[in-house]
Amino acid sequence: MAERSIEPDTPELRARWGQFAWTQGWADKAKAAIARYPEGRQRSAVMALLDYAQRQVGEETNTQGWLPIPVIEFVARELSMPVIRVLEVATFYTMFNLVPVGRYHVQVCGTTPCMLRGSDDIIATCEKRGMHHGHTTKDGLWTFTEVECMGNCASAPMVQINDDNYEDLTPERMDAILDALARGEQPKTGTQEPGRHTVEPAGALSTLTAMVDENHDYRGEWA
Amino acid sequence: MPKLKVDGVEIEVPNGATVLQACELAGKEIPRFCYHERLSIAGNCRMCLVEVKPGPPKPQASCALPAADNQEIRTDSEMVKKAREGVMEFLLINHPLDCPICDQGGECDLQDQSVAYGRGGSRYHENKRAVTDKNMGPLIKTQMTRCIHCTRCVRFSEEVAGVDEIGALYRGESMQITTYLEHAAKHELSANVIDLCPVGALTSRPYAFEARPWELKKTLGIDVSDATGANIRIDARGREVMRVLPRINDDVNEEWLSDKGRYQVDGLTKRRLDRPYLRRDGKLQPASWNEAFAAIASLNPGNSIAAIAGDMVDCETMFAAKQLLGALGSTQLEGRQTGMDYATDSLAAVNFNSTFNGIETADAILIVGSMVRWEAPLVHVRIRKAVKRGAKVFLIGPEWETTCGGEFLGNDRALLGNLPGHVSDAFANAKRPAVILGGAGLGSGGLDAALAFAGSLNLVRDLEDGTKWNGFNVLHMAASRMGGLMLGFAQKGGIADLVAAKPKVVLSLGADEVDYAKFAGSMIVYIGHHGDKGAHAADVILPGAAYTEKAGTYVNTEGRVQFADKAVFAPGDAREDWTILRALADAFGVSVGFDSFDDLRTAMISAVPALGIEGLADYGSVLPSGGGSASGAIAYPIQDFYMTNPIARASAVMQRCSAELLHGEDLAEAAE
Repeated sequence: MAERSIEPDTPELRARWGQFAWTQGWADKAKAAIARYPEGRQRSAVMALLDYAQRQVGEETNTQGWLPIPVIEFVARELSMPVIRVLEVATFYTMFNLVPVGRYHVQVCGTTPCMLRGSDDIIATCEKRGMHHGHTTKDGLWTFTEVECMGNCASAPMVQINDDNYEDLTPERMDAILDALARGEQPKTGTQEPGRHTVEPAGALSTLTAMVDENHDYRGEWA
Repeated sequence: MPKLKVDGVEIEVPNGATVLQACELAGKEIPRFCYHERLSIAGNCRMCLVEVKPGPPKPQASCALPAADNQEIRTDSEMVKKAREGVMEFLLINHPLDCPICDQGGECDLQDQSVAYGRGGSRYHENKRAVTDKNMGPLIKTQMTRCIHCTRCVRFSEEVAGVDEIGALYRGESMQITTYLEHAAKHELSANVIDLCPVGALTSRPYAFEARPWELKKTLGIDVSDATGANIRIDARGREVMRVLPRINDDVNEEWLSDKGRYQVDGLTKRRLDRPYLRRDGKLQPASWNEAFAAIASLNPGNSIAAIAGDMVDCETMFAAKQLLGALGSTQLEGRQTGMDYATDSLAAVNFNSTFNGIETADAILIVGSMVRWEAPLVHVRIRKAVKRGAKVFLIGPEWETTCGGEFLGNDRALLGNLPGHVSDAFANAKRPAVILGGAGLGSGGLDAALAFAGSLNLVRDLEDGTKWNGFNVLHMAASRMGGLMLGFAQKGGIADLVAAKPKVVLSLGADEVDYAKFAGSMIVYIGHHGDKGAHAADVILPGAAYTEKAGTYVNTEGRVQFADKAVFAPGDAREDWTILRALADAFGVSVGFDSFDDLRTAMISAVPALGIEGLADYGSVLPSGGGSASGAIAYPIQDFYMTNPIARASAVMQRCSAELLHGEDLAEAAE
């Protein structure tokens, strides 16, 4: 698992983020998130609010966003809960970034199915662009982390960049995606395999073939 | 009442019991790390695995499994043995095994349980995890690599102390216990996490590398840092008290102890009065006992003598002083050093009548002039429990952080006779209403007004279930107060009566809060143990014994009589206080009627029988009707929690706590 640490609480950090407050759009969303829970249970909205705060920080810094200590304290104030409890949540979930990240957060899956399908090559492709594990490139464009299974094994290898998944990757396809992102374009998300839509079988069906046209009871055939 | 079988023995357990509790009732020991009787159930250490049928065919965590009818529990099967060995092996994977340099060694749950339930050796050959140590303030030393993530400290600070400051960050193997941004733990019970920690991750900083548990002589004592009367164990090596730990007493301190009670003991070796002093030419100079006694006796005070009891003296000392004064024909006894003069005709009117256990069940509490967190941290724990059960708390006095909600009504004693409507309603509807009157609320007619309030709301009542409820409580701050009042250390006009009597000699029994300037014409004889304010004002200093250095009887604020033993000898020429008073009687040429401590105690018990019986003294439940109205703003007497008595003021640890935790001085971590 990636080693995580909190960005140190410095006077500069306080100066930059101490005045953090919702912009109108996020304020409305936060209100809606809190309203989902019964009176007295507002703190259940902590994950939603941390996400919104991270996204607003992302908008302000033109990155994926992250959670400086003063912003975490802001969320704690919003929900009237102890900061340490908010910090526990923020540090538990790897989706919350605790240190500044780049414009695109490239999270390559390196777990077994992806590895068998060539995630090492995808990682090599990233490293060729100067990314390396846990760091942000100098131009601030890429933050690269290797992560564990994201549940896209049927279309391995895959990578998650900010909110989108890109699947069925090859080094060339990965290059194309990164190039497009660097140009500011939005590449096609999901599978990159031509002709494939989601995670339906690539090529012909190899299992449960009798189920193609109608429901079929296999139980009698179990040996 | 489920009936179940533990290792083939059928037992019946109370409703709501867990399997772990059922096993304990059956007399089986279940190893555990995270489970603690006074904290919520976490179920994360997995050490308490047992085999339960019916259920899945695997061991189950007994601490979080409800006991149910017809369960068959095995704690002695092969599966359980293997499970415990496995859990222990996992726990030890990332534990440094540095027992030889660990302060927990010898009293470590992990050590004990790995011997009892673990495999003989490790099969682990990989690298171990290392975790950076965290700053948790001047009292708690951390060695976080040793942490096994039981989260007892997290649950304690959230549930008992009510200050969410410790948390578990990150997850899985990277999980770390820390305070928020490594700020110091800043509440009055913070050091209890040291006792709770089952390993050596959180240890006592002042006691670091001082002694091993098996070197220490353990003596049962009573804490005198406040009027709670917490039960303590005094651990001493040779002549020095090394540390103080709480004892379990569910009626008093449960198993907690305030940081002051725990850590003021290093003050017992500093600024001690270890020989008599005599003021010659305006300067205190060393003298012999005979010279000191002669100087006092030469004044020949007759009945022009008064005695003022300090906040930490035991009943025997006060009784000995009372006998001495009685033999000289004086009754000038007072213990309320700061000049309070509330009526003490009825001790029920100045007692914590609900008891600490009882206050937990109160459903409406009005706190008048008491910053409970500082004046009696262990009572505050009980009030928090009451709030968790749904009690409403209202407070009169300057605002402080209650950690349990509560509504501050204002700062004027007059509010007592003129409560806002919703508060009156809450009290009118309450089944078990209670009022807690603190030191700051007692004065200026506050006691009478509170008694009138108690009468109007019928705070003393018979409950529907047939039990009696007395909701009138006075929360004292001095360990000697209730004992002193029982022995008659109170004048009608308070200490002003003593001043007015212009005694030739004033015996100060460790009284350090008195304004001695008012006794300018008197010879002040200070019998005490620390060179503090009282000693500075004294004309004669007779060195006495501190609470760890003498056996004694103490009565806490709920009127609970408790006995303490002597742990160590007083330093130098210092003597136990009663022997000094006995020798003083000889100097005056009078007889006080006791020659030994047993004589003294017997005489005291025959004078005040309640002092001979351990437990709650019976003051009756009839309260005086009180009356009148109080007025004036309330100001709390304690300015600094860590500096309330001469021992604490002499303690380097308490000074550091005061500077670092209260006054925000950045003494920071020495690079260690």
